[in-house]
Amino acid sequence: MSGILNSSIGRKFAMALSAFFLMIFLLQHFVINFTSIISADTFNEISHFMGTFWLIQYVIQPILIFGVIFHFIMGFVLEIKNKKARNINYAKNNGAANSTWMSRNMIYSGLFILIFLIIHFIDFWIPEINTKYIVGDMSGMHNGEFRYFHELQEKFVPIWRVALYCIGFVFLALHLLHGFNSAFQSVGANNKYTKGLKGFGKAYAILIPLGFIVIALVHHFNH
Amino acid sequence: MNLTLKIWRQKNANDKGGLVDYKVTDVSPDMSFLEMLDVLNEDLINKDEEPVAFDHDCREGICGMCSLYINGEAHGPDRGITTCQLHMRMFKDGDTIYIEPFRAAAFPVIKDLVVDRTSFDRIQHAGGFISVNTSGNTIDANAIPINKHDADTAFDSATCIGCGACVASCKNSSAMLFVSAKVSQFALLPQGKIEATDRVLNMVKQMDEEGFGNCTNTGACEVECPKGISLENIARMNREYLKASLKG
Repeated sequence: MSGILNSSIGRKFAMALSAFFLMIFLLQHFVINFTSIISADTFNEISHFMGTFWLIQYVIQPILIFGVIFHFIMGFVLEIKNKKARNINYAKNNGAANSTWMSRNMIYSGLFILIFLIIHFIDFWIPEINTKYIVGDMSGMHNGEFRYFHELQEKFVPIWRVALYCIGFVFLALHLLHGFNSAFQSVGANNKYTKGLKGFGKAYAILIPLGFIVIALVHHFNH
Repeated sequence: MNLTLKIWRQKNANDKGGLVDYKVTDVSPDMSFLEMLDVLNEDLINKDEEPVAFDHDCREGICGMCSLYINGEAHGPDRGITTCQLHMRMFKDGDTIYIEPFRAAAFPVIKDLVVDRTSFDRIQHAGGFISVNTSGNTIDANAIPINKHDADTAFDSATCIGCGACVASCKNSSAMLFVSAKVSQFALLPQGKIEATDRVLNMVKQMDEEGFGNCTNTGACEVECPKGISLENIARMNREYLKASLKG
């Protein structure tokens, strides 16, 4: 068991487990964000709960950060190892004949997602950590009312940021279009349910990023 | 048909190698790809030039010896065939055809289009067998009842001829489809279950030591495999490996 992460299958399995965790996180992030275009009060209440509940802040959040970092580092490690496995490239290679663009370019879609995540952390996560743990204001209030919805809407006023987020979500969709089903294959799940799962994976990969785009656009135009 | 061939020429394992252009004329569309290369070689020999070295043996899609990467695909543009079964009718008059060896660090080039695939043999030696006493009391394998679905699936896996097209096609040079077929053909049968734990652990260990890349499930191997070995084999090997890792 100790050597499992040193093997190619072990690394594949670990990559899939972190992907499952991130996909579940993405779904809950989407559901919470979606409430912001239905009810500002609901969004404020959920945001305050998520931002102050100890289990989420001190247990789930560190696991999430570890999961994100692990997934990215492992992605780069695999890419470097795989490049070494072919020391001379083909003069002519017709990759499109046997595989999707998404499956062949996970490292590039992943890199764009990483850039997007850094911007996203600077926009939302770092100011939030600053307010709560450096300034020490855990109230979630500003001028007598919850600040979360207002802060979210403010961020999507500049069109450049909306465009940047939309591009980020397109790369997320491309990454998920291969990644969702690839994770199931990696943990050994390839059976009679695979066909249905592929359909569900495609729907997830398109609808979740599309939903995030809609949320950003709604806030931009409703401000 | 008149064709331009861009063929990888490399004197030996240490030579840098490069693509060399050749013109072939009056190629019949009914020729096999290897017959077309035979004609080219005859022509080269008549001109006192070094013929192109390429692997071949049975020329009927069984032995797994032929190993050319033709116009960017292992065994060329057709499906479910080896290079020896590829016919010139798949190409058009005036075409330029790139002919390269299977590329992988674990498949070093010996000469021209011939690569060393003994890494596959070493993986087989690591566990691709069952231990059966053959000293006069051999038990007939058919004496053990086997579920038909399992027998058929094991047979499908066993049709792998070890040509290496999976490695050549994979952008990561992963050997997972080959190894998983060899693991599966035994894992599904009662005779193979006894050594299942050691088999999968040893074969995967050897695969990694040979320098093959990590599988990222692009599925290119399955598409290019001349025997249609399915990705289900890789999923089965992943399960077998995890089970064996927890046990061992």
